[in-house]
Amino acid sequence: MFPSRFRYEAPRSLDEAIALLHDGGDYVKVLAGGQSLVPMMKLRFASPDLLVDINNVPGLAYHRADPDGSLRIGALCRHADLEFSDLLKGTQPTMAAAAPLVADPLVRNRGTLVGSLCHADPQGDWASVMLALGASVVAQGPGGRRAIPVADFVTGPFETALEHDEIAVEAVVPPAKGVRAGGYLKLERRVGDFATVGVAVAIETSGSTVTRAGIALTGVGGSTIGASEAGAALTGKPLTADTIAAAAELAASAAQPRTDHRGTAAYKRHLVSVFVSRILGGAAATSGADAERAA
Amino acid sequence: MTMVYDDLGDEAAEEFPVRRIRFTINGSKKVAEIEPRLLLADLIRRGVGLTGTHRGCDTTNCGACTVLVDGKAIKSCTMLAVQVDGREVTTVEGLATASELHPIQEGFKQEHGLQCGFCTPGMMLAAKALLDRNPDPSEEDVRWALSGNLCRCTGYQNIVKSVLWAAEKLRG
Repeated sequence: MFPSRFRYEAPRSLDEAIALLHDGGDYVKVLAGGQSLVPMMKLRFASPDLLVDINNVPGLAYHRADPDGSLRIGALCRHADLEFSDLLKGTQPTMAAAAPLVADPLVRNRGTLVGSLCHADPQGDWASVMLALGASVVAQGPGGRRAIPVADFVTGPFETALEHDEIAVEAVVPPAKGVRAGGYLKLERRVGDFATVGVAVAIETSGSTVTRAGIALTGVGGSTIGASEAGAALTGKPLTADTIAAAAELAASAAQPRTDHRGTAAYKRHLVSVFVSRILGGAAATSGADAERAA
Repeated sequence: MTMVYDDLGDEAAEEFPVRRIRFTINGSKKVAEIEPRLLLADLIRRGVGLTGTHRGCDTTNCGACTVLVDGKAIKSCTMLAVQVDGREVTTVEGLATASELHPIQEGFKQEHGLQCGFCTPGMMLAAKALLDRNPDPSEEDVRWALSGNLCRCTGYQNIVKSVLWAAEKLRG
């Protein structure tokens, strides 16, 4: 298989890339890691007239923490960079848990977090993780830059709020107000398969109280699902068996799973509740141990 | 190398120009004129004529087409050939020297790490990328690193043993 014909440009600067998008015509795609776009082009699900390859644009292959504690992930930061990142270990438990579960090791060497957000596949892991973390996408166009919260960025299955002449240049995770905890769990039939169910939980705690909670779901609806009621139910409360069970139940009711070859809707909904409980239970155990050490 | 494309006439040829790229494959410098839609797997197999890189699923699943680009293991069916302009590609043919098998190849021989052999080149390159990064992997590390490569014959046991054998040999 091979894609239909397209014009190919590999600009050396963002300005040049944006100009190409602006003037490029009706159907232009940005190529970063290409691990979703190239397969779609081979299957002719996508047949862009012009492909703007940003891999030669310098200064986009980074992830770094700002002095205020926010984390910036550049458009050419590969999944593998995050999987092997020392920066994420200890500071970003949800991201650190998700990175090794994205696709497979070979795909992780090419694919990018920002590209995954732009692809907006309901089965994509990073959209849930970034939604749970309250992250934003920074889009750059001819008029400058704007930050779009992930909750508004993903507008539907394979749809985003990007304008045709905008490039998503980075994702930004805001600084934690408390101590971060959480994780990402995914059931897949085999490595690299689409998620049967994925659950991202990102909480912040102060003492024994949860000060912020984000829960988001992968693969159990037509788009990435933010289980905001589940998160709200935890906020201001300690992690106890009761609060965890309540959040798990609310998250399960936010899911909109469908019965398919990966499982029944009831099974998937049940898994959401199990995964939320497991992640929060793990966070409770860790913070309990921390409190004991401090005492 | 020779790539033959449809003659689209002058106008279309202007719209979809053939591009000239330079790259290194297994240490040897190459220049190629290609359509941008050519996939790396096809540049290697049909252009350079190195058929050790296998096309299995052609859908980014199986890893039989795994090669190294600048030392990173990637699926060559899922990268455009035009993207290796200025880069270094290593295929399975780049592992052995004229007289000696690479320790990874020797490992597959010693531990019976293949049956039909179709997935083997991809397995070996994924293993090479692992051992370059981590010379002393655990069994779990090996299984993790090879989790993007499918084998339908062996049940993976002997492939894992082969890589561990090679790791030990390489450590000396």
